[in-house]
Amino acid sequence: MAEKLLEVKNLKQYFNIGKPKEVRAVDDISFDIYKGETLGLVGESGCGKSTTGRTLIRLYNATGGEVLYNGVNVHGKKSGKELKEFNQKMQMIFQDPYASLNPRMKISDIIAEGIDIHGLAKSPKERLEKVHKLLETVGLNKEHANRYPHEFSGGQRQRIGIARALAVEPEFIIADEPISALDVSIQAQVVNLLKKLQKERGLTYLFIAHDLSMVKYISDRIGVMYFGKLVELASADDLYRNPVHPYTQSLLSAIPLPDPEYERTRKRQAYHPDVHQYEDGEDVRMREISPGHFVNCSEKEFEQYKANYNHNK
Amino acid sequence: MKKLLEVKDLHISFHTFAGEVQAIRGVDFDLYEGETLAIVGESGSGKSVTTKSIMRLLPQGNSEIKSGEILFNGENLATASEKKMQKIRGKDISMIFQDPMTSLNPTMTIGKQIMEPLIKHRDLSKSEASKRAVKLLDLVGISKPETRLKQYPHQFSGGMRQRVVIAIALACAPKVLIADEPTTALDVTIQGQILDLMKDLQKKIETSIIFITHDLGVVANVADRVAVMYGGKIVEVGTVDEIFYNPQHPYTWGLISSMPSLDSQDEELFVIPGTPPDLLHPPKGDAFAPRNPYAMKIDKEEEPPMFKVSDTHYAATWLLHPDAPKVEPPLAVQERQAKFRASIKGDK
Repeated sequence: MAEKLLEVKNLKQYFNIGKPKEVRAVDDISFDIYKGETLGLVGESGCGKSTTGRTLIRLYNATGGEVLYNGVNVHGKKSGKELKEFNQKMQMIFQDPYASLNPRMKISDIIAEGIDIHGLAKSPKERLEKVHKLLETVGLNKEHANRYPHEFSGGQRQRIGIARALAVEPEFIIADEPISALDVSIQAQVVNLLKKLQKERGLTYLFIAHDLSMVKYISDRIGVMYFGKLVELASADDLYRNPVHPYTQSLLSAIPLPDPEYERTRKRQAYHPDVHQYEDGEDVRMREISPGHFVNCSEKEFEQYKANYNHNK
Repeated sequence: MKKLLEVKDLHISFHTFAGEVQAIRGVDFDLYEGETLAIVGESGSGKSVTTKSIMRLLPQGNSEIKSGEILFNGENLATASEKKMQKIRGKDISMIFQDPMTSLNPTMTIGKQIMEPLIKHRDLSKSEASKRAVKLLDLVGISKPETRLKQYPHQFSGGMRQRVVIAIALACAPKVLIADEPTTALDVTIQGQILDLMKDLQKKIETSIIFITHDLGVVANVADRVAVMYGGKIVEVGTVDEIFYNPQHPYTWGLISSMPSLDSQDEELFVIPGTPPDLLHPPKGDAFAPRNPYAMKIDKEEEPPMFKVSDTHYAATWLLHPDAPKVEPPLAVQERQAKFRASIKGDK
C-alpha cells in the first residue's frame, strides 16, 4: 500500500455546541488519504462533505478527533512558522469561481498572494515570471495577468483559482465542488486539467462533489457521506459495481445518464434510515467487507452485507 | 399531433453600452400537444432568453424582439399587449424557475401564493381557492397540506419548495409549462423525485412541457424531443433517441462525448476547445466553426441551413451537404450510432 499522506481519526465538527440547535455536521469519521491518489467525497447537500474539507484544512477548529498530515496533527498547537509551513503544503479550490476571487485585485496579485506570503519569489521580476508560468500551466496566457476577475468567464475563473492554489507548490489540494458551477463542456476542460497536473506534479486530491459520474471519473477511491457520517468507502470501481450500503445504492440509482434507453427502464431506489432498525447501544461502525471496502454497519448487517457482496461479485 | 406553440424565425437583441448583443438569431421550433421538448445548450446559448420571450418576461427597455412570431392559439405573443399577457401568464402558460430559494415570496405564506393564480384567473372565492390549494399540495406530494398552507417558504427545504413552485405553476392546469433548469439546484436524489413528479403530473393535467437544462442525463430522462442551441440558434433538433444515438452536428457530438460514462476508463475526457461566440459581434458563417475540428472552408463563409436527416430530425451543419466529405465522429458517438443502426434494423 502507498504511503499515507493524511490520516483522519474520529473527526468531529459540531456547531452551536451545547445549544438546542446543536448541529453535528461531521460526526466521528475516520479515513486515510494516500500519497498521489484522488479521494472523492460524495453526498447530498448538508451531509457534511464540505465541512469535512474545511475542517481538514483548518478553516474550522475541529470539535474532536485528529487530522494527521504526514504524522503531524493539523489541529494541534502550532507556532506561526509551523502553521505557515503547513498552509503551504495544503491548498483549497473553492466551488464558486465568482465569489472566491477578490474583484478588486488583479489576477497577478490574486495568484501571487501566496508567493508573497511564503516569500517564494526573490524579486518582482521572478514573481511575475512565476505568475506567467502558472497562467500557462492552467491554459491561460500571460496577457491575462493584468486583468480583473470580472473580465473572465466561469471556466477561466476556476482556472485562476487552480493557478492560485498551485502557486505555493502544495502537495495536497482540497477541491470543494470545483466544477459544479460550470457548463458541461467546461467541466471536462477543468477535470482534464486537474488530472494532468496530478500526473505531472504528483499531487494528492480530496475531490468533493455531488456529480457522481464526474467523481467516478476522477477518483481512485470514493467515500459516501450521509448526515455527518461516512457510510461507505471503497475503490471507485468497486463502489460503483458493488455498492453495499443502502444509501449508496439509492444514490447510484439516482444518477441521470445520457442514455434514453437506460432512463426508460431505470428504477430509483429510495433510502430511509429506518431500514437499519438499529437497537440502542448496537455497535455501528465502519467494517471492512472486502479488502479496502468499508461499510458503516452493525454486526448483524455486516454478515448479511458480506454475503450479498460476495454473491454479487 | 396538434401544434400548440409555434416559434418562427425569432430574433432578439439586448442593447448594452458596448452595443447590440444578438442573443437570439433566428430560432424556429414547434411544441406539440402533450410532449416534452428539451432545450439544451451551454450558458449564453440563448435557451433561457427564448423561453422568457414566450412569457414576455424579458427586461423592458434594453431587450427587443427584432422580428419573428410566437404563435399560441392563433395569437402572436411577440406583439401581444401587457394586459393580454397577464391573462395568459400563469393560466395558459406558466413557468418553473431554476432556484426555488428565490422564486417564492418570503413574506407570503405558501397558501397565499398558490391561491393567487386561482383567484386571479379562475375567479374562485378565497375558501374555494384554499380547498383547491390543499389538493394541489397533496398532488405534488407534500404531506399535511392544511398545516403546510399556513407556513412560509423558509420553513421548507429546497426540494419541498420546488414542489410548491410546481404546484403554483400547475394551479390553473396550463397548456404549456416552461421549466427553466428546475432541478439544477437540487441534489441527485431529490432531482429524481422532482422529475418523476413532473412526468406524473404531465399525464394527469395533459400539459406540454418545455424543459431547459444543460444536464444531458436529465434530458435523456424527461424529453420526447430535444433541441440543441448554440450561439443563439437551434443547431440540431430531433427525437430523444435521434439526438442521443444518432447525433449529426459536431457540437452535439462534443456535448455527448464530454460527459464521462460510468464505465469509461482512464482515457481523457473529450473537450470542446475554445469558448462560446461573442454575440456582440456574431461571426460570419457558422458560429461553431472556430471550435469545430471538422470545420470546412464554407463554415467560415456561409451559415449552414437546416438539413433534413429524417422527418423529425434536422441539423444545421455543412457536413450533411451531399458534397461534404465523410468524417468520423468521436469514438463515443460512433458507438452510439452503431447501436442506433442496429436498433433500426431490429425494428424492421
